Amino acid sequence: MFARRVARIAVATIAAGALAALAGCSSGNPLENSSTSSSSSTTVTVGSAAFPENEIIAEIYAQALQANGVTVKKSLNIGQRKVYLAALKDGSIDVIPEYSGNLLQNYDAQSTAKSSDDVYAALNDALPKGFEVLDQSKAEDKDSYNVTKDFSQKNNVTSLADLKGLGMPLTVAGNPELDSRPYGIPGLKSVYGVEATLLPISDSGGPLTVKALLDGSAQLADIFTTSPAIKANDFVTLKDPESMIVAQNVVPLINSKKATDTVKKVLNTVSAALTTDDLIALNTEVNGDAKVQPKQAAKDWLAEKKLF
Amino acid sequence: MTEFLSAFAWIFDPAHSIGPGGIPARVTEHVWYSLMTILIAAAIAIPIGVAIGHTGRGRSVAVQISGALRALPTLGLVILLALLMSLGLVPPTIALVVLAIPPILAGAYSALESVNRATIDAARAVGMTQWQVLFKVELPLGLPLIMGGLRSAALQVIATWTVAGILPVGGLGRYLIDGLSVKDYAQMLAGSVLVVALALVVDALFAVVQKLTVPRGVSAGRQAGEIVKTPSRRNRATLSINS
Repeated sequence: MFARRVARIAVATIAAGALAALAGCSSGNPLENSSTSSSSSTTVTVGSAAFPENEIIAEIYAQALQANGVTVKKSLNIGQRKVYLAALKDGSIDVIPEYSGNLLQNYDAQSTAKSSDDVYAALNDALPKGFEVLDQSKAEDKDSYNVTKDFSQKNNVTSLADLKGLGMPLTVAGNPELDSRPYGIPGLKSVYGVEATLLPISDSGGPLTVKALLDGSAQLADIFTTSPAIKANDFVTLKDPESMIVAQNVVPLINSKKATDTVKKVLNTVSAALTTDDLIALNTEVNGDAKVQPKQAAKDWLAEKKLF
Repeated sequence: MTEFLSAFAWIFDPAHSIGPGGIPARVTEHVWYSLMTILIAAAIAIPIGVAIGHTGRGRSVAVQISGALRALPTLGLVILLALLMSLGLVPPTIALVVLAIPPILAGAYSALESVNRATIDAARAVGMTQWQVLFKVELPLGLPLIMGGLRSAALQVIATWTVAGILPVGGLGRYLIDGLSVKDYAQMLAGSVLVVALALVVDALFAVVQKLTVPRGVSAGRQAGEIVKTPSRRNRATLSINS
């Protein structure tokens, strides 16, 4: 009797879960168009990569364009860079929020540009014909080395350059690729003369990496600059005076054919207003306990900045 | 095919056979982790399974609990426990023990259930105590099935310890996780090949052990054509004299 009831509850739970999953699929369908207007040449299709932050920025672009009389279609959550760049090329999307450093690496892996301005300049040369980037924003989502406030104060460390000569073994918590990347362990050695070992944790600066820093398993942790965890735990992000870590400013990548004056003006206004702190706040809203939808978060941000 | 060639090239590259990240070190870690996991899981599951099999009580509860344990995703459990506890070896070990318990438990109680009731009744009839029945009749006869449970648990544990590589632990999972992070597919495939090879070796060892644990009387009976004949009247008489 008991077993049968348990079974029935289990079936109901699974069914509910499956329904929820299906519902999730339908709202996340990359082929879904939010606007029903026919795709005339004045329609701008906004795409996004498949992670929340990018989706929020894409929503901001879309809503800002819409508010200025541009017909907008959305095609969000399109996998990774290879996939959405192909979509941009074949015209299924027209504009997508990108990150300057990674985009440059994609087209010019040999590039040595590191700072925001250098990367942006190099990017304009490296982009294939028909693509262009509009103004870049100050907002950056890139790797950063973080220490606890306690460690920072005790050892008087606020910059990667301060680490040299601390005279203690340093461990970095972060993704395994840091062991070989130029901004990882090899870079710390060659650029800052710091010997460090890696504590490999594959959650891209997520809760396990944060835990490693908090419980002292590591003295440094690689966490993305837009992660809410940095502020939430009072971590100190170490400065990178030698620009060892490539800049990753948020920048709209657009199909030149669709880059009309209106579109340019609107997106440049958005980029001028967007900061890293904004991204942290937006990420917190969407990924934190509030679980705000990206669409709503974008709307709130535009209202808050009094844009359009 | 070229991928496999590059994976084997990776395995036989002398640079990968030395140091703390070398293949011998990683294989040793993996074997050690897996062995520890199986031993802990066996220490928990075999007594419980044997008790269930011997008394015939609590079977449905055990089936349901171990079924629920089977449904727990190991990766999720590893991350959850690591967040709750520490980043060391303890969280993945617990998660893997949870994974290993159901097959060992099932092996243990079905081993005792598989023993012919008539044999047990006979043992009781000749005056054996409960413990004698357990240790002299049920366990020896059930041992091959118990080993079978351990065998399937060992395979799962060896294969699944790789997911613990998302944490800073060693083992062959490192090759998979580290390889993935830099898209070094040769390294990932090499890691997979090593896991498969280790699993095959361990499985072969268990096959041998399983064969050796079949009691002599049972194996002798099997060799005589797998037919269990009712003993003739004369044999029964001999049996009763002998005992």
